[in-house]
Amino acid sequence: MSMDAVIEAKGLTKTYGRKVAVDQISFTVGRGEIFGLLGPNGAGKTTTILMLLGLTEISGGEVSVLGFDPAREPLSVKRRVGYLPDAVGFYDQLTAADNLRYTARLIGFRALEREKRIAEALDRVGLGEFANHHVATFSRGMRQRLGLAEILMKGAQIAILDEPTSGLDPHATAELLGIIRRFKAEGVSVLLSSHLLERVQSVCDRVALFSAGRIALMGSVSDLGREVLGAGYVVDIEADGAGLADRLALIPGVSRIEQTGIGKLRLHAERDVRPEAAAEVVAMHGRLKYLGVQEASLEAIYTHYFEAKPDESLKEGARHAA
Amino acid sequence: MRREGSAFNGLGVVMLKELADHLTSIRFIILELIVMLIAVGTVYVATQQIKDTVAEDPFLFLKFFTTSREPLPSFIFWLSLLVPVLAIGLTFDSVNGEHNRRTLSRILSQPIYRDALLFGKFLGALLTLTIALLVLWLLVVGLGLLFIGIPPGGEEIARAFVFLLVTIVYAGVWLALALVFSIIFRSAATAALATLGLWLFFYVIWPVLAGEIAQIVVPPDPRYTALGLQTPGTVVLEQILARLSPSTLFGEIVVALLDPTTRALGPIYLSQLQGAVLGAPLPLGASVLIAWPQIVGLLATAILLFVIGYVVFQRQEVRA
Repeated sequence: MSMDAVIEAKGLTKTYGRKVAVDQISFTVGRGEIFGLLGPNGAGKTTTILMLLGLTEISGGEVSVLGFDPAREPLSVKRRVGYLPDAVGFYDQLTAADNLRYTARLIGFRALEREKRIAEALDRVGLGEFANHHVATFSRGMRQRLGLAEILMKGAQIAILDEPTSGLDPHATAELLGIIRRFKAEGVSVLLSSHLLERVQSVCDRVALFSAGRIALMGSVSDLGREVLGAGYVVDIEADGAGLADRLALIPGVSRIEQTGIGKLRLHAERDVRPEAAAEVVAMHGRLKYLGVQEASLEAIYTHYFEAKPDESLKEGARHAA
Repeated sequence: MRREGSAFNGLGVVMLKELADHLTSIRFIILELIVMLIAVGTVYVATQQIKDTVAEDPFLFLKFFTTSREPLPSFIFWLSLLVPVLAIGLTFDSVNGEHNRRTLSRILSQPIYRDALLFGKFLGALLTLTIALLVLWLLVVGLGLLFIGIPPGGEEIARAFVFLLVTIVYAGVWLALALVFSIIFRSAATAALATLGLWLFFYVIWPVLAGEIAQIVVPPDPRYTALGLQTPGTVVLEQILARLSPSTLFGEIVVALLDPTTRALGPIYLSQLQGAVLGAPLPLGASVLIAWPQIVGLLATAILLFVIGYVVFQRQEVRA
């Protein structure tokens, strides 16, 4: 893809005996991008991540992380990539800061730099005041944030997050996603995996939908929505004004209009027609109360895609079981 | 294909963390307290016994380790019993513990190799045991001085020191065994049971079993039996079999080191007695030489076990 790809995988494959866990997947992650590996448990997301980090052997294909080969140069990769494993664990008997100190020593930071980085990282994930608390007292959300602090402390160029939001309450999820967005703002590329499609949909620039070890679909959520659901744009409008529906129907690109309530209309269009719709309402001296475009839901895309191809998923299931 | 960088990156960091963890863990403190209490008790009893039967023994000091008084066994008996327990207690959950706490993949995603983690864990535990045994050794020597009031000679200290080194190697064997099981078994309880089971087998059952097997393979010759003697072939085989157990090896080394009059481990042939002054002590070098095969055997066992663990760990999947 672009010249600025930080992760490039080509035909990446992992087999355990005769079982194929990851089957010839190819994808690229650009600098500063948030890329989501989405799919059900056991679809091969974690295996893919472990191959990127050189933590498990690659059975076939090529992968390059920041220009390094994880199988041959694992230390160079691991020095530049931060990893938050699924349900990350820390040493309970140590404090949050001591846990990070151990990691920092393993990375090889000198004492002064170590302390500075740890304090900064803990502050940035909102754990500054808990630095000297034992991790045993931490909630799940705090542990996940401590994991992100470790990545921040490391100064990683890529953050790989495996199921970062699973098991978190909505508030903790929102906090975590906020931190992940800040990663992007600082130019850190993020690769995250999740089986909770709707939760991560909002942060991902692009996603790859996994199914039985393969990437079934890849692209931005809205692109996938149009491609799979074929719906184009759905614009909801709430305004008053007689004959509004007729005038809106004349906007180029609008294919259909339906009445969804008193003064509420839904436009089906092949492009985003919000500006024109707003202009029409204003031209009629009508009062615009609501105007919004419906985002395609990943959940709907996923369900629709796999329901549309039952044969293929059946076949894959059979191959998986073999 | 050469690997990038050093396999020992981070080794010292892991070792020091393990050392700190062990020294502050309640498990280790309890084990160490038990050993200390037993040491004080047995040495005190031994001094009472020595005072009662005072004789002109040139190696009086070594008697602290070996003298027993009914019903309490000697210090070395307790040591050979408790050192494995101490070692197993330190490492039976060292790798599977990281798995179960879900810290393993996080630690391995740092720029270190698995080698450093495993080696660091082993060295950390060994260093912990070395400190504990050194303290114990100093305690026994100090108590001996206090109770009897006769300073030990250089030869005695040298023998006691070599004994300390051998005990550390012996601890290393059980440490490595527990480490292997902590890699193989995902559950810490299973690993502990398997290691303790193997230890009991080698300590209690194997010596008996070795005799039985030897009698089956080489049946006793009735001519020797009639004279009330053991058949040489049977005895030799029994000894070969018994020496497969690290406990037997350790026991033999201890006898050679702490009893300077020991001339051979196993059957003594007439040729060996030619020109020998019976009951005369050997110099330290000669005693070490007698036990040298056993010492090398222990060392080799520890290294072999560690290598097995290393190979298994390298091939293991990281994911939980």
